[in-house]
Amino acid sequence: VTFLVFLEHYHGELEKGGLGVLGKAASLGDAVGVVLGEGAAGVAAGAGTFGASKAYACEAAELASPLPQPRVDALATLVEQVSPDAVLFGASVLSADIASGLATRLDAGLNWDLTDLAVKDGELVGTRPALGDTVIAEVGWKGSPKLGLIRSGTFDPVESGGSAEVETFETTFSDFSTLATLDEQTQEESSGPSIEDADIIVAGGRGLGSPEGFTMLEELAAALGGAVGATRAVVDAGWYPYSTQVGQTGKTVSPKLYIACGISGAIQHKVGMQGSGTIVAINKDPNAPIFDFCDIGVVGDLHQIVPKLTELVRSRG
Amino acid sequence: MKIAVCVKQVPDATVHKRIDPATKRLDRSGEAALNPTDLNAVEEALRIKEAQGGEVVLVSLGPEKAVDSLRKALAMGADRAVLVSDEEAVGSDLLGTARALAGALEKESADLVLFGQASGDGDGAVLWAAVGERLRRPVISQVASLTAEPGSVTGKRQTEHGYDVISAPLPAIVAVSDAINEPRYPSLKGIMGAKTKPQETVSLGDVGVDAGSAGEAGAKTAVLELGPPPSRGDQIKLEDDGSAAQKVLDLVVQRKLL
Repeated sequence: VTFLVFLEHYHGELEKGGLGVLGKAASLGDAVGVVLGEGAAGVAAGAGTFGASKAYACEAAELASPLPQPRVDALATLVEQVSPDAVLFGASVLSADIASGLATRLDAGLNWDLTDLAVKDGELVGTRPALGDTVIAEVGWKGSPKLGLIRSGTFDPVESGGSAEVETFETTFSDFSTLATLDEQTQEESSGPSIEDADIIVAGGRGLGSPEGFTMLEELAAALGGAVGATRAVVDAGWYPYSTQVGQTGKTVSPKLYIACGISGAIQHKVGMQGSGTIVAINKDPNAPIFDFCDIGVVGDLHQIVPKLTELVRSRG
Repeated sequence: MKIAVCVKQVPDATVHKRIDPATKRLDRSGEAALNPTDLNAVEEALRIKEAQGGEVVLVSLGPEKAVDSLRKALAMGADRAVLVSDEEAVGSDLLGTARALAGALEKESADLVLFGQASGDGDGAVLWAAVGERLRRPVISQVASLTAEPGSVTGKRQTEHGYDVISAPLPAIVAVSDAINEPRYPSLKGIMGAKTKPQETVSLGDVGVDAGSAGEAGAKTAVLELGPPPSRGDQIKLEDDGSAAQKVLDLVVQRKLL
């Protein structure tokens, strides 16, 4: 099975989501990477370290802004050139739109929210949790290329120590795909990893009591080298930015450790984090639904427990 | 401005959702409702219409009983509804669904097509990009605030890194985030009025889609097997007596998570 993996880059670095998918693809067959946009050729070489046998790059001016439609043109051109069996994407706001547009352009099947991939009897199959992860479906494709969006945090990048030759390519753009234009970009300042990239997430909900409660979570996250997440309720209330929202209308994350602080565990939050490795819940309400699906449940006052935990983590050095 | 809003009927949130083991499809026989995040799209369309005048048309694909859910959006204030309903559309994947909706939208030739953030049943958040590709129109998704002007739209798009402000000329397609507004409740007058608003049910053929390119026949993806999720294993529950932080840390270290 041959794979083409779309790799997003930000501030001159390849993003972890795509690199994790690349590593998985390389373990199943031959994987090549593709990087698009300003500086693509420079960062594409890095894909070799994470399993790509080759990397393609296109730096056309139309790809300078993070817009999906011109990327559909570029990927359609490359798919025609490379003829991969499968085209894979790490899920993001941008890549979901690209994958869907590309599936339509190529009349190719797209499966999304995949949490695993395997090759069975020579055919690619995906694992797809459904109905709030209460059912696990094994999904397949008819024809090729087979397009897949992988749930964020599913695969960790693996340094293979390889290297990849970078080949640049040219593409033409459809008349409609360059109509949308980026006017302005606002970046939210954050230190530490993003919630898509973090192995550890410390998340807060209404139980924090006030926006200031997040300071305590930021301290714990910093001590653990993790990121801070939030529920929809507190994001809607303006306590914390949307980019950290975990749940149905936010991100779906699967870190190794998820520490839920003052989060009741409503279904809309649950679907975004139940794929996490170990879930620790701290809540003063012993009847909170989160205690039904966490691994380690602590009934108590998070304002006492969280700072203490931060101190203990720091003192480990 | 003529605005089309794509909406979907999904199983009601209170219904225990199940997949029919025989067809491997979602059982849609129980109580149903309008997909919650589609209400944000309807609300945004109504606000634009109230400010600038025009028409709001609902466009949907689904079983015939979906007219009940469409009536709720009509009660909110939409003007009329078009439902593509066809036995041959059953089992459509992204490709077939996009074909059917694009076919209906093409007939409407709206200035602006709005989508909600995600479907509450298939958990997909991909349809607008497929419809945009079919209709060859610019797409802006994950829009937390929208400005519509005669001839163009500007949306503030939520991304992993912050916000992108993106503009596109009309006709365009916009998928709104659930942060964009608070959907209104239908008034009693709206509910009464909805009963007499035009509702049209059309077939795939009516919107120019070959039966073989939608439904199961046109699908390029398939569900092969269904199984239960893996068990989370044993659960540890603690009451904090002052030592919980230490215990949590010990357990986390024991599991080699630090």
